[in-house]
Amino acid sequence: MKRTHPVIVAISYLTLVFLYLPLAGVAVFSVNEARRGLVWKGFTLKWYYKLFQNEWILEAAWNTLLLAVGSTLVATLLGTVLAIGMDRFPWRSHTSNFLDTILHIPVVIPDIILAASLVVAFGLLRWVSSIFEPGLLNMMIGHITFQVAFVALVVRSRLVAIGREVEEAARDLFASNWYLLQKVMLPLLMPGIFAGAMLAFTLSLDDFVISFFTAGPESQTLPLFIFAAVRRGVTPQIHALSTLIMLLTVVLVVLTERVTRQRDR
Amino acid sequence: MMKRTDSLITWYGELTTRNRLLKRGSVLLMPGMLWLMLFLVLPGLVLVVVSFLTRGAYGELEWVFTLENYKRLAGFSLFGWTADYLLILWRSIVVAMVTTFISVILSYPLCFFIAARPERSRYMWLTLVIIPFWTNMVIRAYAWFLILSPEMPFAKLASFLGFIPQGAPLYPNAFAVYLGMVSMFLPFVTLPLYASVERLDWSLVEAAQDLYASRVRVFTQAILPQTLPGLSVGIILTFVPAMGMFVVPDLLGGAKYMLVGNLIQQQFGTSRDWPFGAAISMGLMVLTMVGLQIYRRKGKEIEVV
Repeated sequence: MKRTHPVIVAISYLTLVFLYLPLAGVAVFSVNEARRGLVWKGFTLKWYYKLFQNEWILEAAWNTLLLAVGSTLVATLLGTVLAIGMDRFPWRSHTSNFLDTILHIPVVIPDIILAASLVVAFGLLRWVSSIFEPGLLNMMIGHITFQVAFVALVVRSRLVAIGREVEEAARDLFASNWYLLQKVMLPLLMPGIFAGAMLAFTLSLDDFVISFFTAGPESQTLPLFIFAAVRRGVTPQIHALSTLIMLLTVVLVVLTERVTRQRDR
Repeated sequence: MMKRTDSLITWYGELTTRNRLLKRGSVLLMPGMLWLMLFLVLPGLVLVVVSFLTRGAYGELEWVFTLENYKRLAGFSLFGWTADYLLILWRSIVVAMVTTFISVILSYPLCFFIAARPERSRYMWLTLVIIPFWTNMVIRAYAWFLILSPEMPFAKLASFLGFIPQGAPLYPNAFAVYLGMVSMFLPFVTLPLYASVERLDWSLVEAAQDLYASRVRVFTQAILPQTLPGLSVGIILTFVPAMGMFVVPDLLGGAKYMLVGNLIQQQFGTSRDWPFGAAISMGLMVLTMVGLQIYRRKGKEIEVV
């Protein structure tokens, strides 16, 4: 099957154009001189300079990063431990089925429902403590919640893949629990944990819905900022910001690809 | 039966008892499960309860149990029956299904195309699909908003052909929503499907062709069964978020082409009607489950992730 039907080739190219054309449009207008409207007035990079002087955007970028890093750290830890707990012990089938179902909830339920339920739950929790006011902490809790499930699923599939022979050998050689975890399991699991953390990090950066529902007035993130800007009327700065985020995505994707491919080798 | 659980067993090289093992396992499960219980399961249950409550005059919750929210969702109001909300639910499921279907149709050729590239450049082509997969949803939705605006060639062409008035944008309408939705979710199908297509056993396809199977039969009997695992993951990854999508219809659909996601967002935003929002969420959840169930019945077993 080295020869591809011309129709298939044509459809594939068109599909890729369909995916990239709008993004290319944004990139083009990010270097357009015109302040208003979508008419080409000449090349400039001034919108990028302005971007780095815009306090709102810098703060939103900082929030986005803080949220992603914080939630990823917590979720990776929780998810990894959860995966080990689920996979390495002789649970009865109904227990493991139950755990399995809970883990799959974020996959099979639209995120807007998770967002809605968090709004309501935080609303009730506010009677207990004021830390549940809408804001960065609530957003972080929301992100961790769906991230934990994804990390646990990724790490668990790695646990299944590495099997138990090495562990068993370590046990036969009188490894203690702690030694086993530290010197045998974690090194073998690292690629899975890394992949899970990467997934969690990107999910957090990408998330709009959960953030939108749980954000407070002080906790703008970049996606929220762009969404709000579109409704107010877009400035070329937004094009520049979007282009930068797209470039960052490209870099992240290529880097992850490199790392995972090197590990495969 | 209880006695047996406490006897010594060997568990992958470890001499221990079942109880001791399960105790250790529980300690490991505890933090993650506690978190998921507290912030996933419990809020879900709270949402169910709230959907039976009443909205107070200022948007607060009143602990008066009622079926009013569900009646309202079904279209019954003080002024008689309307199909408005049911129409939005119906539209959402149609949009999600059509989006999934088109994404699948476009993904197969793309996967075959990538799989047929020489090995060195294959990763590059694959990366071209992965990048939009990870590009922020809001940016991609806005990008369509930009491309369809009146100053752009597409809107100019459409107005020249008389589809839209002069100087009008190509949104908000159903067409724009579909464009946005398909481009949003296409990579969600392509990537998992590619994992299956890459491992496809072409000798079966050749065998089918040797036996004079028609193209349709080659696809349904030699290709489809082999790619079903990847396809299933792709369909779930697309259908579920497509059901709850609200960024795309918000930017490209406008008030006339609302989906259930917008309706829910409205209740938690401007209308501040949590009980009704909760009831719509329940409706969305049931619809999603029904949709997945229909698919599950048609397409044998589903392996997620």
